[in-house]
Amino acid sequence: MKRFLFLVGLWVCWAAQAQPVAPIAQFRLANGLTVIVKPDRRAPTAVHMLWVRVGAMDEVDGSSGVAHVLEHMMFKGTDTLAPGEFSRRVAALGGRENAFTARDFTGYYQQIPANRLEDVMKLEADRFANNRWADIEFTREIEVVKEERRLRTDDNPRALLYESLNAAVFVASPYRRPIVGWMNDLEAMTPADVREFHRRWYVPANAALVVAGDVDVDQVRQWADKYYGAIVARELPGRKPRVEPAQAGVRRLDVKAAAEQAYVSLAFKVPALAADGLEARTATPADDDALALTVLAAVLDGYGGARLDRALTQGDDRVADSAGAYNGLWGRGPQVFVLDGVPAKGKTAEQVERALRAQIERVARDGVSQAELDRVKTQWVASEVYKLDSVFNQARSLGNYWAIGLPLDAGERLVARLRGVQPAQVQAVAARYFGDDQLTVATLRPQPPDPNRRARIPPPGGRH
Amino acid sequence: MRFILLFACLLANLPALAGIPIQRWTLPSGAQVYLVESPSIAMVDLQIDFDAGARRDPAEKAGLASVTAGMASRGVLAAPGEPALDENALSEAWADLGASFGAGATGDRMSFSLRSLTYPDLLGRAVALAGRQFAQPAFPATIWQRERERITASLREANTRPATVAGRVFGAAVYGAHPYGYEMTAQTLARIEVADMQALYARAIQPCRAKVSIVGAVSRAQVDQLLGVLFARIPANGGACAAFAPVPEVAALAAPADLRIPADSAQAHLLMGQPGVKRDDPDFFPLTVGNYILGGGGFVSRLTSEVREKRGLSYSVYSYFSPSLHAGAFTVGLQTRPDQAAQALAVSRDVVARFVADGPTQGELDAAKSNLVGGFALLIDSNRKLLGNVSNIAWNGLPLDYLDRWTAMVERVTVADVRTAFARALQPGRMVTVIVGGNP
Repeated sequence: MKRFLFLVGLWVCWAAQAQPVAPIAQFRLANGLTVIVKPDRRAPTAVHMLWVRVGAMDEVDGSSGVAHVLEHMMFKGTDTLAPGEFSRRVAALGGRENAFTARDFTGYYQQIPANRLEDVMKLEADRFANNRWADIEFTREIEVVKEERRLRTDDNPRALLYESLNAAVFVASPYRRPIVGWMNDLEAMTPADVREFHRRWYVPANAALVVAGDVDVDQVRQWADKYYGAIVARELPGRKPRVEPAQAGVRRLDVKAAAEQAYVSLAFKVPALAADGLEARTATPADDDALALTVLAAVLDGYGGARLDRALTQGDDRVADSAGAYNGLWGRGPQVFVLDGVPAKGKTAEQVERALRAQIERVARDGVSQAELDRVKTQWVASEVYKLDSVFNQARSLGNYWAIGLPLDAGERLVARLRGVQPAQVQAVAARYFGDDQLTVATLRPQPPDPNRRARIPPPGGRH
Repeated sequence: MRFILLFACLLANLPALAGIPIQRWTLPSGAQVYLVESPSIAMVDLQIDFDAGARRDPAEKAGLASVTAGMASRGVLAAPGEPALDENALSEAWADLGASFGAGATGDRMSFSLRSLTYPDLLGRAVALAGRQFAQPAFPATIWQRERERITASLREANTRPATVAGRVFGAAVYGAHPYGYEMTAQTLARIEVADMQALYARAIQPCRAKVSIVGAVSRAQVDQLLGVLFARIPANGGACAAFAPVPEVAALAAPADLRIPADSAQAHLLMGQPGVKRDDPDFFPLTVGNYILGGGGFVSRLTSEVREKRGLSYSVYSYFSPSLHAGAFTVGLQTRPDQAAQALAVSRDVVARFVADGPTQGELDAAKSNLVGGFALLIDSNRKLLGNVSNIAWNGLPLDYLDRWTAMVERVTVADVRTAFARALQPGRMVTVIVGGNP
């Protein structure tokens, strides 16, 4: 009987909601921690995320990867929880969990039945404030992180290329270091490095709690006060700006790796959209350019059969098997516009590079059509509706906006601003930002696997 | 991310659908319709499944289902009063609608998916375009020539990667001559012509063979109307189709196989397993719950605990069943530094053998149920997740009250059920082991 009632209740929740768009609440606790709540009552589930505004870009040379290693160690215990106990408790609640580290932020989340929200708020607040583990836990987990690096980067030629490309594009900006860390930095990392990073950056004023789903704002506020509000406020350390100096001349690099296909990636330094750029009346010309560059990327590569497809990957003498364009748009650090491509059989990376740049030149010379602009704008508008289907994705967007200093309605404002971009603006940015001086080109030079080469020797000091 | 893919595997194994009323009816054309009305958001997701997956590929033309599905979006034939649309015109038309329609193939199914906003004018135009594309794909030979070259080149690239090599060798060894083990290669692609695609399409893509699943802000009356448009251009055969010939079952392994492939890579990739169970296996629930404990349950499984948490040997380690129309593989996988491959294999083998011999503890079983039952609502909390569950019910002929019984079916699993099911389903002494890039 009880189960029957539950099922009926679920259905009522599901069907009776004609209006899913509830207002988003945002407030700060006395200790400085930000709380963001997005009710969405379509199903009796919730997502609970804790975002910390610290990522790989807050590391320093010699300690690359420490933000990500800390993310792993956050699962290894607190003053009152044994290693692995956090995950066992979340599992027992019927939850799913994970965490992620990026350049700009670190995030932890649980997806749970909505009636278990209080439990995970209590667990996460404890972990944020009281992460504790023995050195042996670090000794084991750092090996897991090295395996992660081998999996994602060392055996992945294009990931290796991007690691080298970033290190060449940026000289002073911390974006130059890989998120997972250089292998030698992982080998040299100590438990103290990780604990110090936690102590320094995991302070309430540097974190935001995001809760979305079948939740009540006042109830979330009460629990947030009770669990997160008890964390002692500490001063947030200052951040050095580490502004990337102007680039004055093309940079080129090759990466050799065992592969069949060559690959080329062109990174052009471009302006980032600032928070004020989301309002037309407070936007700077650089903000307007960042928006126009995003429209340019969509016109080049925003749908099947867009300009890059037509020009590079179709026809009898096609130059590429694939081609793409992407604009970084926003973030805590400097942004790039990337063009990339895989040469077709018999074609070279240099030919692909020329063909990609020729498409930019064509826009700079001839402009874009109103039909192309309308098409990419239609897609953005539709995607704002589709985005509502996933509570998880909504929570992730909100956390992302907070982490890089944007208002919570940044998504809607962005679409509104993109809709206002005119063809002449797109043409103008194509002419302005794609010269040689701001360009870094990385080319993957495929190497045949060497059947006579002996299997790689494990690094010295590795565990067995 | 701390781990990858594992929940995707778990979800794929859980035929969850609960508490959501499904309307089911059959159209005059024979198409079977499964609808869940979800009015909250002005959007609809629709999936049409056909018995035209890779299991029906001819051996010498492995990949036919997959490339046919891909080519179905590469242009539409002209019709009276309607000009042909080439691949670019078709893509633009979808982009202009803010909607999408495309096809893909798995081992069992060829699936067509439509996503659109439900504003009346937009939805009407999207369905009309889908109806044209669905019934009259152009399959242009010149574009197939190009696509064949592109796919062949990407296969060659993928084959430089140890993970790809391990998966290919594992599939061939587990499935033997069964179509689940067929491998799309440059040679099989070279034998596929557009005439093969047209023939497959004409044979299999018929309303009477369609299982249609829909979740979105549409009523049954609207669905009748839109499916009328969607199927209008395909001959209905009077609502009945002759059955296809059955596909043979996957043969059990007669002996263990231990396959070592050298590779110059930073990690060895290890796969271990055997033919598993069919989707209609009576032990589906004991196996689902048991695999959560063995290698499916995020950070708390036995494999994760022994291989990753206690020994730091791998970032990702998992096990899963692939219950399908035939016995899909039971698979254990991990990646580790080459010199640790032997140790990781020994640990994994021991974990699997002990689990099959002894089953779970009562505590493990209680924890698994607590997660699966407690987290049940997470399997259905978006239209997209619901669609996957509805199509699972439609495809596998599960009862419409399957959703009402799902948590009860999990609750009633006992330690003895899991032990018996695993002992019957798995033979640790006769598994395939593949290690690519191990040292020694």
